[in-house]
Amino acid sequence: MDIRVEDAAFDLGRETNAFATRQAGMGAVVTFTGIVRDLDKGALSAMEIEHYPGMTQKALEAIATEAKTRWNLGDVLVIHRYGRLHPDEMIMMVATSARHRVDAFQAAEFLMDFLKSRAPFWKKEVTQEGAEWVAAKDIDEDALKRW
Amino acid sequence: MDVLYFAWVRERVGHPKDRIETNPATVMDLVNDLRAREPRYEAAFSDLGALRVAIDQELADFDASLAGAREVAFFPPMTGG
Repeated sequence: MDIRVEDAAFDLGRETNAFATRQAGMGAVVTFTGIVRDLDKGALSAMEIEHYPGMTQKALEAIATEAKTRWNLGDVLVIHRYGRLHPDEMIMMVATSARHRVDAFQAAEFLMDFLKSRAPFWKKEVTQEGAEWVAAKDIDEDALKRW
Repeated sequence: MDVLYFAWVRERVGHPKDRIETNPATVMDLVNDLRAREPRYEAAFSDLGALRVAIDQELADFDASLAGAREVAFFPPMTGG
C-alpha cells in the first residue's frame, strides 16, 4: 500500500507505469485521476486544498485497508495533493491492482467514494470575485450507502 | 488539550488552534465552553449540523466522551477527491 499526501505535482504516466510494473500475478490495474475543473462560467483562477496533516494519512490508510479486506486486491496507490492548484492540474489519483478486473474497478470506486467524504480535505474555489469553500454534496454522502 | 479548526471553521474562529486547560466531559460540553467565549466562536458553532468533529484524529460524534483526549478538531464536511 502506497499512500502519499503531497503538495508537489505528480506524473500520472510514471506513477501508473511504476505501479503496474511492480505487480506480480495481477491481471488488472485500474486508475482514476481527479483534475481541477473550471467552473461552468469559466472563471476559476485557483483551487485551494486544505487538509488536516495529522489525520489525512491515517484516514487514507484506513480506507485503503478496508478496501483490501473487501476485495481481492494486489495493491493500492493513493496520491492526493494539497495547496494551491490551477484548472487542468491533477489533484489526486488512485490505482488498484487485482487478479481480476471487477475487484480492481469496484475497489477504485469504493476508495473514491470514501476519500471524497471521509478523508480530511477541504476545497476552496478562488475566482476574481473572491473565494468560496466548496460545499459537500448530499449525493457524495449518499454514495457511501451502496457499500 | 489542543482544539484545531479547519476550513471555514478556522476562518470564522480567526485562528487554527486553541489550547484548552479545562476538562470538558464531552465534545458538546467543549462546544458550549467555546461558544460562550466570544461572538466569533458562536458564529463558527451556530449550526452543528454543518460541522464534523474528530477526537485524536478519528471521526467522532458530538456526544462522545473527551476522557483522555489530547486533540479535538472541528471542520465542515470533507470535500476531497
